[in-house]
Amino acid sequence: MNTIITSKIIITMLIPMVTALLVMITGKRENLRDSISTIGAILTFASVLSFLPVIQAGDQLQYTLFELYPGISVKFNLDPLGVIFALVASFLWILASLYCVGYMRGLDEHAQTRFYVCYAVSVGAAMGAAFGGNLFTLYLFYEIVSIFTYPLVMHHQDEEGYWGAKKYIVYLMFTSKAFLLPAMIIIYVLCGTLDFNSASIAHGIFPADADRFVVGIAYLLCFFGFAKAGVMPLHNWLPDAMVAPTPVSALLHAVVVVKVGVFSICRVMLSIFGTDILNETGLGILTAYFVSFTILTASVIALTKTNLKARLAYSTVSQLSYIILGVAMLTPNSVTGGLIHIANHAFAKITLFFAAGCIFVASGKKDIAEMGGLGKRMPWTMVAFGLASLGMIGVPPVGGFVTKWYLALGTIDLHNWILLCVLLASSLLNAGYFVPVVLKAFFGKPLPADEGLTRSLEGRPLILFMVVPLFITGIISVLVGVYPTLFLDLINLMVKS
Amino acid sequence: MENYLILNTLNYPILSLLLIVPVVGALVAMFLRGDTLLKIWGLAVTLVTALISLPLWTSFDQTTAKYQFVELRHWFPALNLDYVVGVDGISVLLVLLTTLVMPLCVLCSWTYIKTRWKEFLIVTLLMETAMIGVFVSLNTVLFWIFWEGMLVPMYLIIAIWGGARKDYASIKFFLYTFCGSIFLLVAIVSMYITTGTFFIPELMNADFGFSYQVWIFLACALGFAIKMPMFPFHTWLPAAHVEAPVAGSVILASILLKMGGYGFLRFCLPMAPAASLYFVPLLLVMSLISIIVGGYLALGQSDIKKLIAYSSVGHMGFVTLGIFLLNDAGIKGAMLQMINHGITTGALFILIGIIYERTHSREIADNSKLGMFMPIYVTFLGIFSLSSLAFPGTNSFVSEFLVLFGAFDKYPLVGAVSILGAILAAAYMLRLMQKMVWDDSDGHVPHGEHAEERKSTLFDCNIREFIQLAFLTIFVFWIGLHPTPLLDMMDSSVAHLLHQIDAGSLLPDAAHHGESHALLEGAGTWIKNLF
Repeated sequence: MNTIITSKIIITMLIPMVTALLVMITGKRENLRDSISTIGAILTFASVLSFLPVIQAGDQLQYTLFELYPGISVKFNLDPLGVIFALVASFLWILASLYCVGYMRGLDEHAQTRFYVCYAVSVGAAMGAAFGGNLFTLYLFYEIVSIFTYPLVMHHQDEEGYWGAKKYIVYLMFTSKAFLLPAMIIIYVLCGTLDFNSASIAHGIFPADADRFVVGIAYLLCFFGFAKAGVMPLHNWLPDAMVAPTPVSALLHAVVVVKVGVFSICRVMLSIFGTDILNETGLGILTAYFVSFTILTASVIALTKTNLKARLAYSTVSQLSYIILGVAMLTPNSVTGGLIHIANHAFAKITLFFAAGCIFVASGKKDIAEMGGLGKRMPWTMVAFGLASLGMIGVPPVGGFVTKWYLALGTIDLHNWILLCVLLASSLLNAGYFVPVVLKAFFGKPLPADEGLTRSLEGRPLILFMVVPLFITGIISVLVGVYPTLFLDLINLMVKS
Repeated sequence: MENYLILNTLNYPILSLLLIVPVVGALVAMFLRGDTLLKIWGLAVTLVTALISLPLWTSFDQTTAKYQFVELRHWFPALNLDYVVGVDGISVLLVLLTTLVMPLCVLCSWTYIKTRWKEFLIVTLLMETAMIGVFVSLNTVLFWIFWEGMLVPMYLIIAIWGGARKDYASIKFFLYTFCGSIFLLVAIVSMYITTGTFFIPELMNADFGFSYQVWIFLACALGFAIKMPMFPFHTWLPAAHVEAPVAGSVILASILLKMGGYGFLRFCLPMAPAASLYFVPLLLVMSLISIIVGGYLALGQSDIKKLIAYSSVGHMGFVTLGIFLLNDAGIKGAMLQMINHGITTGALFILIGIIYERTHSREIADNSKLGMFMPIYVTFLGIFSLSSLAFPGTNSFVSEFLVLFGAFDKYPLVGAVSILGAILAAAYMLRLMQKMVWDDSDGHVPHGEHAEERKSTLFDCNIREFIQLAFLTIFVFWIGLHPTPLLDMMDSSVAHLLHQIDAGSLLPDAAHHGESHALLEGAGTWIKNLF
């Protein structure tokens, strides 16, 4: 593995920031503003894509922007894990920005410029977190994501919005200040640096004689510090954050924000602590059991929710913990399963949220009970929804199956039947809360008020801005299952080392 | 004497000029007429002073802990009293902070001060000389003169141009700080009687006995703790801040509070090292209480100025915490925290002044929902609020991180408790930001309920206001992302200070116990046992 020092990787963070600036300047001219937003997304994706061959060849890109204090710097290091997250997030931003046009104009939302600015900065900061080469850089961008998604959650500026946003920022800021900050300092005291060990996921950065008790405390502080990952008991902000407009729920609270949390936990486990220490102290398996609780409980709660977005929110809480579960089992197969779920879950969940938003804009419906017969009036949307649901459940050959396959292999490697049962039970629960939605849409009876309405709801041009992206993501969620090689190869580069 | 000094090698007496130019400016201002002319003159004088001070940055020698740019004139040979000024890594940044903040004080008063501009300008300029004097004096008598010299102008600024309860606030300010400095005077005179010198570097090297050190330490520390202000001597600060005009608040927050921290570093630690070590537990506990009480009280305020004032108590708690950790990261963090607090809190007070000029209220509820009308203002408010809560990438994060690192390195429990302060800071600043930018959910109708009416009063920042805030914003990010030049400037002096403490505290343990006062001993061990 070679480390190539190049300042080019900063471009990926700069493009969204410049986009935000241009959006702010052109705020009054809607078409220009929205085009800039989309072009920014395309350029961001292109820049990540341009780094892909280097990473695939087994090299890493690195650049130190500022040195604050010995061992603490704003440093970027692009490795396979980072590139997976960056690719997924930037690609979905393109589709989401198209979707935004349809959604925001379809509902005639206020303060659209503020919305687009915060949206772009949030994605840019997520890129920064993906590229972060040390814990400080990760923390920096993690916090920027918190601050800039806050106005997005509060977007409607009504009582519900203020409440959701307040809860959001209190959860995220409190945990990062109370747990993450001391964790970072303890790690710095022990190691004298915050740089990730990007060469190997086994060794971490701690000196061999570091006090295991203190290391354990640092680990727990890190684990609970990244509350964006939605691990119970710190998951409560996520359902309330669903008051945000659906594109925010879709891209940010299914892909960018929560994935920054999960990504950060994975990053810290693999590049700061390393699998050796986690194995030796038993912290890995402890984490696995801990998140198993979240996987099952969140699924059960999802069953009880009748509001579609709320059900999706709890499904997100549950699914995110799969990623952590995989990494926490610490076997090559399970880590592969966990990390590939970053991509699989992203494509499937964004489709589901896109569909929920599209249904709301087109028909005004939020509740699952009202969606009877909707499949006939919105066939494309509901087909995509169905495909993505299959992915969530883990039916072959959709993406989610690959995840569950590798996770199951991991549990078998460990001979741990409890975790295997957790996986199987949660798949059943997944089916339990997704299948009824699809069945209701295609075979359910419409509400008396909708009786006899057959006109398609997908014909309006603005609605097309939403249907096309969501159908594309729906298709991709299948493709990543049929052809998972791209992501598997990248993960192999990490796991092998 | 020359062992400690590097005489000024620039071809003009830079430090003396810094002291003289504002005084001359004040004298000339007496003969000027017309507010506009006075304003421009005031700005010119402070800007020239700032320009003169810049070589302190460019020509500073980082490799030595000696005092630089020194000027030495014999004054009263009979008393062994000289006029001697100089700066080292500890004071140079504070001098620069002073000279750079003063032009902003004139700018932010431009329309805020409506009466008696001539008098205002004169006291402000005299204030500048006194503040620079405190930082550059290498002689306890000079130090004392400038230290007391700050009191009267500051008193006048609050008492003449202050708010509704200005009499109460100004007297309280005066009495508190004066009481503190009386003890400082006693210490100075006493040290002169013991050693026969007023020269600060020589006093640092005098080997005082332990019990004498204890008294010196207590006398000085009381004065500095009041100035900081540390809990429980902090109650003058909210009153003074709330009533002071915007420039007064900026001077208070940015520079006056730093005098306490500077005093600890210049007097207490090097002159009474053994006593400093002895009192570490007490000072750490007081710092922690300041951090938590300051933050907790800030959380409950409905007056923006009071909120920022209490937040200052918390932030300065981090300064004393860092100083009394007595390690490299702690002291550097404390010094950087002083600079950062000067920049950030100064900017926050300027922001409050700007909004007060528009709504004539300091209540959060009267100033809510500004986002719609004042986007530029709100952007700056966001930047400085985040800086105040030590957001990564901003200046305060670096200093807070260093202090916390120092704490966790030495006393993990102290570090863990001080994290509470960081959480509280996030809570009260985010609350302030949320309410001012968006929300009025507590049912209070903000000033001029109707959008039209608010639009006519809530005009966004003008160019003058923009320049002040943009100038400080540069420092927020510069120090936040590239603090190395500042830390390098402190390096030698901090290393030297730590060396002084180590050397001075090498008195045999037995001597400590024999000499120290029984009561103090008891209290000290009790607190020590806490850790």
